[in-house]
Amino acid sequence: MPASLAEPALDLSVAAGDEVKCTTCYMCACRCGIKVHLKNGRVRYIEGNRDHPVNLGVLCGKGAAGIMQHYSPARLTAPMKRLGPRGSGKFEEISWDEALSLAAEWLGEIRRTDPKKLAFFTGRDQSQALTGWFAQQFGTPNFAAHGGFCSVNMAAAGLYTFGGSFWEFGEPDWERTRYFMLFGVAEDHASNPLKAALGKLKARGVKVVAVNPIRTGYNAIADEWIGIRPGTDGMLVAGLIHELLRTQHIDLDYLVRYTNAPWLVFEDDGSADAGLIARDGRGRPLCFDKKSNALADATMPEIAPALVGTFKLADGRTARPSFQLMADRYLGAEYSPEKAEAATGIPAATIRRIAAELAHAAFEQQIQLDIPWIDTHGRRHDKTIGRPVSMHAMRGISAHSNGFQTCRLIHLLQILLGSIDCPGGFRYKPPFPRPTPPPNRPAGKPGTVKPMTPLGGAPLGFTQGPEDLLVNAKGEPLRIDKAYSWDAPLAAHGLMHMVITNAANADPYRIETLFLYMANMGWNSSMNIPAVLRYLTETDANGTYRIPRIIYSDAYASEMVACADLILPDTTYLERWDCISLLDRPISDADAPADSIRQPVIEPDRNVRSFQTVLIDLGARLKLPGFVDAGGAPKYPGGYPDYIVNHERAPGIGPLAGFRGERGTAYGKGAANPDQLNQYIANGAFHRHHLDDNQRFYKHANKAYLDWAKSIGFLTTSDPIIFQLYLEPLQKFRNAARGHGPIQPPDSHRVRIERYFDPIPSFHCAQRRSSEAEAAVRGAAAQVEEAFPFCAITQRPMHMYHSWGSQNAWLRQITAENRLYIHRTRAEKLGLQDDDWVWITSAIGRVRGQVRLVDGVNPDTVWTWNAIGRRAGSAALDADAPEATRGFLLNHLIAELMPEREGGYRFSNSDPITGQAAWYDLRVAIKKCVPHEARETWPRFEPLRLQQTRLT
Amino acid sequence: MHPAYSVIVFTCASGAGYGLLAWLSIAGILSGGSAQPFAFGLAAFGLSFVLITVGLVSSTAHLGRPERAWRAFSQWRTSWLSREGVMAIVAYAVGGAYALLWMFGGAGGSTLFRAFGLLTFTSVIVTLWCTGMIYASLPTIRAWNHWLVAPLYVGLGLMTGRVVLNSALGFGYGAVSTNAVWLTLALILGAWIAKTVYWSQIDDAARVWTIEAATGLGSFGKVRSLDPPHTQPNFIMLEMGYDVARKHAERLRAAAVITLFLVPAVCTMLLLNDGASLTVLLTLAAVVSGGIGIGIERWLFFAEAEHVAMVYYGRDAA
Amino acid sequence: MTTLPPPSAKKLGLVIDLDTCVGCQACATSCKEWNGLGAAPLSDYDVQGADPHGTWLNRVHSYEVGEGVEGRTVHFPRSCLHCETPACVTVCPTGASYKRAEDGIVLVNPDTCIGCKLCSWACPYGAREYDYAVGVMKKCTLCVDRIYNVTFEPEDQVPACVRACPTGARHFGDLGDETSAISKLVAARDGFDLLPEFGYKPVNKYLPPRPKHQTEMPVIQPSDAEAATAAAKFFAWADKMLSR
Ligand SMILES: Nc1nc2c(c(=O)[nH]1)N[C@H]1C(S)=C(S)[C@@H](COP(=O)(O)OP(=O)(O)OC[C@H]3O[C@@H](n4cnc5c(=O)[nH]c(N)nc54)[C@H](O)[C@@H]3O)O[C@H]1N2
Ligand SMILES: Nc1nc2c(c(=O)[nH]1)N[C@H]1C(S)=C(S)[C@@H](COP(=O)(O)OP(=O)(O)OC[C@H]3O[C@@H](n4cnc5c(=O)[nH]c(N)nc54)[C@H](O)[C@@H]3O)O[C@H]1N2
Ligand code: SF4
Ligand code: SF4
Ligand code: SF4
Ligand code: SF4
Ligand code: SF4
Ligand SMILES: [Mo]
Repeated sequence: MPASLAEPALDLSVAAGDEVKCTTCYMCACRCGIKVHLKNGRVRYIEGNRDHPVNLGVLCGKGAAGIMQHYSPARLTAPMKRLGPRGSGKFEEISWDEALSLAAEWLGEIRRTDPKKLAFFTGRDQSQALTGWFAQQFGTPNFAAHGGFCSVNMAAAGLYTFGGSFWEFGEPDWERTRYFMLFGVAEDHASNPLKAALGKLKARGVKVVAVNPIRTGYNAIADEWIGIRPGTDGMLVAGLIHELLRTQHIDLDYLVRYTNAPWLVFEDDGSADAGLIARDGRGRPLCFDKKSNALADATMPEIAPALVGTFKLADGRTARPSFQLMADRYLGAEYSPEKAEAATGIPAATIRRIAAELAHAAFEQQIQLDIPWIDTHGRRHDKTIGRPVSMHAMRGISAHSNGFQTCRLIHLLQILLGSIDCPGGFRYKPPFPRPTPPPNRPAGKPGTVKPMTPLGGAPLGFTQGPEDLLVNAKGEPLRIDKAYSWDAPLAAHGLMHMVITNAANADPYRIETLFLYMANMGWNSSMNIPAVLRYLTETDANGTYRIPRIIYSDAYASEMVACADLILPDTTYLERWDCISLLDRPISDADAPADSIRQPVIEPDRNVRSFQTVLIDLGARLKLPGFVDAGGAPKYPGGYPDYIVNHERAPGIGPLAGFRGERGTAYGKGAANPDQLNQYIANGAFHRHHLDDNQRFYKHANKAYLDWAKSIGFLTTSDPIIFQLYLEPLQKFRNAARGHGPIQPPDSHRVRIERYFDPIPSFHCAQRRSSEAEAAVRGAAAQVEEAFPFCAITQRPMHMYHSWGSQNAWLRQITAENRLYIHRTRAEKLGLQDDDWVWITSAIGRVRGQVRLVDGVNPDTVWTWNAIGRRAGSAALDADAPEATRGFLLNHLIAELMPEREGGYRFSNSDPITGQAAWYDLRVAIKKCVPHEARETWPRFEPLRLQQTRLT
Repeated sequence: MHPAYSVIVFTCASGAGYGLLAWLSIAGILSGGSAQPFAFGLAAFGLSFVLITVGLVSSTAHLGRPERAWRAFSQWRTSWLSREGVMAIVAYAVGGAYALLWMFGGAGGSTLFRAFGLLTFTSVIVTLWCTGMIYASLPTIRAWNHWLVAPLYVGLGLMTGRVVLNSALGFGYGAVSTNAVWLTLALILGAWIAKTVYWSQIDDAARVWTIEAATGLGSFGKVRSLDPPHTQPNFIMLEMGYDVARKHAERLRAAAVITLFLVPAVCTMLLLNDGASLTVLLTLAAVVSGGIGIGIERWLFFAEAEHVAMVYYGRDAA
Repeated sequence: MTTLPPPSAKKLGLVIDLDTCVGCQACATSCKEWNGLGAAPLSDYDVQGADPHGTWLNRVHSYEVGEGVEGRTVHFPRSCLHCETPACVTVCPTGASYKRAEDGIVLVNPDTCIGCKLCSWACPYGAREYDYAVGVMKKCTLCVDRIYNVTFEPEDQVPACVRACPTGARHFGDLGDETSAISKLVAARDGFDLLPEFGYKPVNKYLPPRPKHQTEMPVIQPSDAEAATAAAKFFAWADKMLSR
């Protein structure tokens, strides 16, 4: 063959780069392990770290586009001070010293006078252990991370019910499960683990049932897609429970061992302790022991607790096992599959079949592992029994105003099947389980917020009754977001979505400085954006801004940057140290607690600093206790890495659990190890501690596990963790609403507490609830539903992380504009075709966008991809970028405040129990645009033009 | 398919240029012993080479790397584009030699002259055929993968070349012979018929490449695109996703028929009772109209052609 | 060179499982990353502007198939299928487009391609993308610079898209070897060719979505009488000696 016609010679062995470093991905909060290849000092290639427990080597669509995030043209380059009016985007570049002095001056003044006037809220970050501690040492109760607008319903329902949660604190036993139900998940925080697991389930032929109004992504590959009507999952699950009870397919042994099913509950007779748990003199819950035919301490072993019956207590009152109350409720006709069909749109026959399938998987396909274990009463079990049914749920459940109770219903279903932390079931990720609920209460009680004084404890915690609320004598909120007030008594994560509205309306009071980190509150993480933009930029009669000062740390030119006064530019994730701590959101799996770090793989080429280092510097400038030593010198002069290694939360317990002790051989508890970070790096930037075989299952009642967990500080006691089928704290709030006790809700709140604080979750349609609120201004709820016939929800695209995708050159090519997806038959009735422009109207406003007709959606539902629409000029995009001209948000349509109710009070658009933002309760009407409107989206805001006067 | 102007200009101009060359070569083949008219030769060959050259240069504008165009001559064993390239040069060279013989070779009718005429004619026809085959050989584009495509490239080349030649004759001699007129009319009519047949056949042909077939998912039901891979058009969509509205296409087809066939035919016919006074004008009008017409025809040839790859992007069929 | 080599025994290619793919785009972005930032970059246009697009070697479509209860959504990644007898090679005038004799991988030589785009016209699968900025044609290389790369660990000697895919929906291997794991997978799952009618004989295969999991679980509709007594029956059942 002539040489010219031969195949060209290829060099098939070019190395990926000249250097490779392990760190942790941060294209989303999943925290996969990555290997970053560098070539000539530039990032060349990022691949998944095969050894890493989270992703086992794979990457997702975002992770593989990390390079473009790192080199994004939208990166901020230097600290900035606002020059023009807020929102104008005019800034002056300043030095770090000036920026930090200014921040210290503003915050110092607040701390000297009234620390609560600082509201410090953080968004996508993974350093809440640090930021929360900063707030605590500063002395403000006004701290929270994004959980309140994200998924606190999942976290709270899980922690209060079984000491774990769908939200990051547990996972299905993917290897062994034989039946998997997925409720309301488009992407999840565990992005890659969930994908990998679904792949494995499919390969094993495990049945996957997806309950979701929309059939895309995970829901597309499920064996059965259940296109439920939004906000009605509680009814579906209650229908399943009804069937399991009726067909006697529940695990009674499991219930008496691990749950409060046998605990006796006072008759609900309206007295002060009505519906509370009957306890003995030492406060132990009582049950009726059928062996001794007497009342007994329900936590004792070797008794035969009754689940059914009415029993006389010592004082002559009667009480019944909580189980009986529960079974009574769900066996009732109100929760029959037929009733469930009416609410959910899912045929009763399907509900019956799924109940039968669940029972079959749990009881006919029982697993036995030859793993002996010892329970908390010292009894040895030769085998580990598994009920291989597992479930996962996320924001399709949590982002409705009934999410807490719906999530509790799902947990009840799991518990009735005996499938928590058993082989094949839903398993805790250590350091979970925690007590139900965890013992820490929110700090910031009246009188404890004082100048120059740290808060008595962490601002966030778990209330167990009215006595734990943060309210004043009049029952009014003490926190700016009204968390832990009668508006949201179990607000475990705060209500970040209400901060700007409340602060601007001085409701309950005026604040001085709003300090935000990594949350685009001027756009996609706020509701009712037109109003929020006003709140951020309007001044009062004296010309001061309604929120006088705003400090913000972002790494990119987001919408929120333009609305702040002082910008503290962050690094990219490849340029900084980070710590993914067990004190925060763990990356553990069920068999091994794990934590990890980020290390800078490349030096910043701009004048930016890692926010954590900046916060530590600020803490030292403010001389906050713990941030300075006895002599007032900075305690962590080396910044965040110094803190990660040397900070101790309790003696021997620091941000990282691995490689502790002088030589790095201790786990969990041990002295600070100066070489810890290097040891993490040598280990691939993570550490994983494998549980012993006998610690792996039934952790809530497993002596070996609980003793060990206590020894390393995961828990403060090794008592068993008892599942709360019956949630007594809710009844305590209810009793207060009925007029009992010293701390009672304002009258405006009594009906609502009575109605929703049901210790046995009852179903209230989320959409109906919002229409009822709306009905106060519009007539009957049914009329509202007629006026706004569609439920409107969003989904995360797998390849975009909220608003981050549009600053990424590759990801924005995939999705630079969004459509409103609508069922074909409904669209045709409205005379709509693909790409037609429509008005999407809610009770508070309207948005213009284009439709796409689809089949795989619940007909009463319309939806779009989340956070694709951007304000013109943000993220360094041209003003005519599709994100701004055609992309749209539903957030404009979601009210953050409900209409006034009786007494004129406006509740936030949240779950009444936890304060979780009810994004998905939205109802809308759809109407075709007239031709001249069919050009671009609406509303359009003034384009942002970030102008930065250079530092000379 | 995206109607790229460089390719339209290329095929139209070089088609006419080669067509003209073909008629000049026939003149040689049929020539008697008298010397070939120098000035006319210079003008006619000049025109033909200008057209060919403009076409070929324009075609390189379509290339991403025109400086490497020479590489295109190498793969004549399999590639019609390569063959076309080779033949274009061969025809250019042979035609050039023939032109020199015409102008400087003294008397016509010599074997050499005739042989070069024949060679030129053959290579021109082959070149035009190759051009047609570039398109006709692609199974991916139903409208091109048709038996009339290559013949039409040849036929339209000869027709437009003839119209140009008539005009040259009009300019040079003030008259076009009756035979030439009839020949031209026959060419126009033939092309017209062929094109009409072609259009009606591609219109009637089933669009067999459905989205169901392309995805292999037809056994599960009707397939509809949900989300495209990227929200802004990419190369495939820009290159192959050209969409011309049915109404618009029909209007353009009518315009093509009028300008490419009808007007030149009428102008040519009028030459029959023209007393030379209007010859120049009529032949020129035929050229101008035909030029516009062939442009429209070529534009439609691309714009109307559907590429099977587009069904992946949501076209129901191709 | 564009004359096809004699059929190779080794036929390297991909198998894509439409039953498992969730449409996450990891294969698309990881491909862009590996190939786009390597020796022959894949260009991006109007990065901050109104028309962001670029050259990608792998794109993920999504389709709805069927209607009602029979309906499903299918995610559909699409890249070069490394056909055995592809016209994209034979139409190339320069020889830049070629099929490797050794393993059947279809490649473009970026040093000799003139950017005539004819090969992209010849491909029924829309698998070739022209790089406007560089003026040459690009296509999936089957990561030929990874799969034989001795600087990699053996388990990393797979295409970037396969390496990244989180669900395991992408498989790489020798489809010429009937005993290979990938060939067995194709046989077991009825892997199919895209548009076999063109006769290009794609090497890559697609695995169809599996039939929906139908359990034969009997559904017993309780009679009204049963429903009325269900609670009583249930409590009688639950009222037993249970040991804690
Ligand atoms: N790629 C990517 N990954 C992400 C993120 C991202 O932006 N992009 N964000 C991260 C964050 S902050 C979070 S909170 C998680 C959230 O992860 P997900 O919970 O998966 O988030 P959503 O996209 O809100 O998905 C909610 C799903 O619930 C469905 N749904 C809505 N209402 C109902 C209902 O009433 N019932 C049922 N059964 N389903 C319903 C919607 O159709 C949708 O599929 O994802 C994290 N991971
Ligand atoms: N309609 C609707 N709205 C929603 C949701 C929904 O499903 N539907 N989901 C809600 C949920 S669950 C959430 S969690 C929120 C999320 O909303 P946000 O918390 O606002 O999240 P993002 O838009 O991802 O990012 C916030 C900011 O982080 C910045 N950023 C990115 N990387 C870095 C970095 O390394 N350092 C710093 N300092 N900043 C960085 C980005 O530039 C961006 O401005 O949205 C909520 N809003
Ligand atoms: S899921 Fe993707 S973006 Fe998130 S951490 Fe993992 S690789 Fe990164
Ligand atoms: S990476 Fe895998 S799951 Fe994701 S789109 Fe590609 S093939 Fe599908
Ligand atoms: S898929 Fe297209 S580009 Fe790839 S070998 Fe086949 S014909 Fe050629
Ligand atoms: S674009 Fe390049 S590879 Fe394709 S046919 Fe033309 S020369 Fe060959
Ligand atoms: S094999 Fe390589 S080049 Fe081909 S699609 Fe996969 S990553 Fe891209
Ligand atoms: Mo979230």
